[in-house]
Amino acid sequence: MLEIIDLTGIATLQDLGRRGWNKFGVPTSGPMDWFAYQAANSLLDNPPNSATIELGLGEITLHVLRNTVISVTGAGYEVENYIWTFPLWTSFYVRAGWTVRVKKTSGGNWAYIAIAGGFDSPIIMNSRSTYLHGGIGSALKAGDVLHSFAPTTDLLKLAARSFPFVGQDLSCPHGVQDKSCGTNPMPYSQTPTLEVIPAPQADWFTPEGIRTFYESEYTLSPSFDRMGYRLNSLPSPSPAKAITKKVTKELISEGMTMGSIQIPADGQPIVMMADAPTTGGYPKVANVTRASLPLLAQCEAGVSRIRFRETTTEAAQENYHVIARSALFATKQSPY
Amino acid sequence: MLKPLGDSAILIQLGDEIHPTLNARVHALDALLQFIPDIVETVPAYCTVLVHYDPLRSTYNQIKNLIEEKISLLDESTHRPSRRLEIPVLYGGASGVDFESVATTLALSPSELIHLHSEREYTVYMMGFTPGFPYMGILDERLVLPRMSTPRTRVPAGSVAIAGSQTGIYPLDSPGGWHVIGWTPLKLFDPMSENPFLFAPGDIVKFIPMESGSLLPSPTACRWNPK
Repeated sequence: MLEIIDLTGIATLQDLGRRGWNKFGVPTSGPMDWFAYQAANSLLDNPPNSATIELGLGEITLHVLRNTVISVTGAGYEVENYIWTFPLWTSFYVRAGWTVRVKKTSGGNWAYIAIAGGFDSPIIMNSRSTYLHGGIGSALKAGDVLHSFAPTTDLLKLAARSFPFVGQDLSCPHGVQDKSCGTNPMPYSQTPTLEVIPAPQADWFTPEGIRTFYESEYTLSPSFDRMGYRLNSLPSPSPAKAITKKVTKELISEGMTMGSIQIPADGQPIVMMADAPTTGGYPKVANVTRASLPLLAQCEAGVSRIRFRETTTEAAQENYHVIARSALFATKQSPY
Repeated sequence: MLKPLGDSAILIQLGDEIHPTLNARVHALDALLQFIPDIVETVPAYCTVLVHYDPLRSTYNQIKNLIEEKISLLDESTHRPSRRLEIPVLYGGASGVDFESVATTLALSPSELIHLHSEREYTVYMMGFTPGFPYMGILDERLVLPRMSTPRTRVPAGSVAIAGSQTGIYPLDSPGGWHVIGWTPLKLFDPMSENPFLFAPGDIVKFIPMESGSLLPSPTACRWNPK
């Protein structure tokens, strides 16, 4: 049991997401960074769909009301408990009466705080994920007391575990496929190369437009949220370039997914994220792969330098298998 | 006709226009796709169905083959039985803030505007924008107007609106660029309910004008009316 003492930024409870309601216009929601979310639950042997706190762009101070074990994952945060600083991607025992603070540093946007057993909150339309724009659940706030389910095993077995390879190297320059990144399955970086699969309207764009998309460097615009990441091509060395279309007709609205890259009239990409509308009317140039979505989610506004690289559906799915397995079944090292 | 949309969805394109016959095929195919257990969910739209699947359980080619089997079962006679809903609407006044300007722009009398909007049956082509928003058509040609050049920051829940050749109802207070001509007391979206949505894609909808000043029907009494 935890009480929120203080909170800045945006914090919501998220599980794997709300499936089956897309056709009624309800976004899937769920975590912005599925890898960090899965790892946080995996560290505590929680069921894979357990609710965690997703903290965005802020700081949370938690008062521990009952002895438990928590884990914190993500990028761009640190965990403090009075005098100690805990690394991310670890689990640690916390006693009743302690105060734990998750602080924003740099190098990412989102942190995931899981508790042994998973947070207990109302299930709305088969999910504990919060969807603020649709009035499903509400943002967490100071004073909230969060309950949890019984842990699956003895607390001491769950404490002091870690993912030794994640979050250590924040400068892996060439993305997931870079062999020099060793066994790090999710090399968070502010200069990622994201893998994308060409979308159904890829042939609506001019060859120059496609070249602009794959050769430009982008950064995240400051006006981003859980719905979408608007990207701006970086002006230097050449001026901001638009992705140009050769087809002038308007797209008839159709379904889209997290990772879909829409190109509106200004020619700058918008990537659909966890709370994005289920349908859209702008042509899509490509889709970010599941394996690359966590890297994008953690790109900071103005700081990040993002590039895109084409891949195939088959390669993306193989890659996703490997990474998803590492988030769920990675060897948990414990010093005890 | 089938193309990947990322590594966990397939877009099925059945045509390239907004047309009732084509959209009926979309909903017929969507009904067939519900029999494939490996599909996570589907999003039928005007002329497409988006199929979401779990790449940890199935590959693109496996799902593609399952979809193609269902498409081969689809012929001109395939129909999905539709529900028919009657929706009470209070036209004009404070609950239809654009009613007068729309009537003026279209050179219609108030009763002509109400008649043209409520006379025909509409199909819910797709849902999107916000939870529970039904995109319905096709409007009578005499009601076709472009969207407002500056969207409103807040359109109240229950607002019945038109834009282009379509009509819709705002389920939640939200921003919106359609012309609001009326209001329905029915609740389109209730996340706490066992059936959170009034509408489903493919439904047939008929608007029933309410007398101004009449007692509002209770939402449960007229939730929907199967015929």
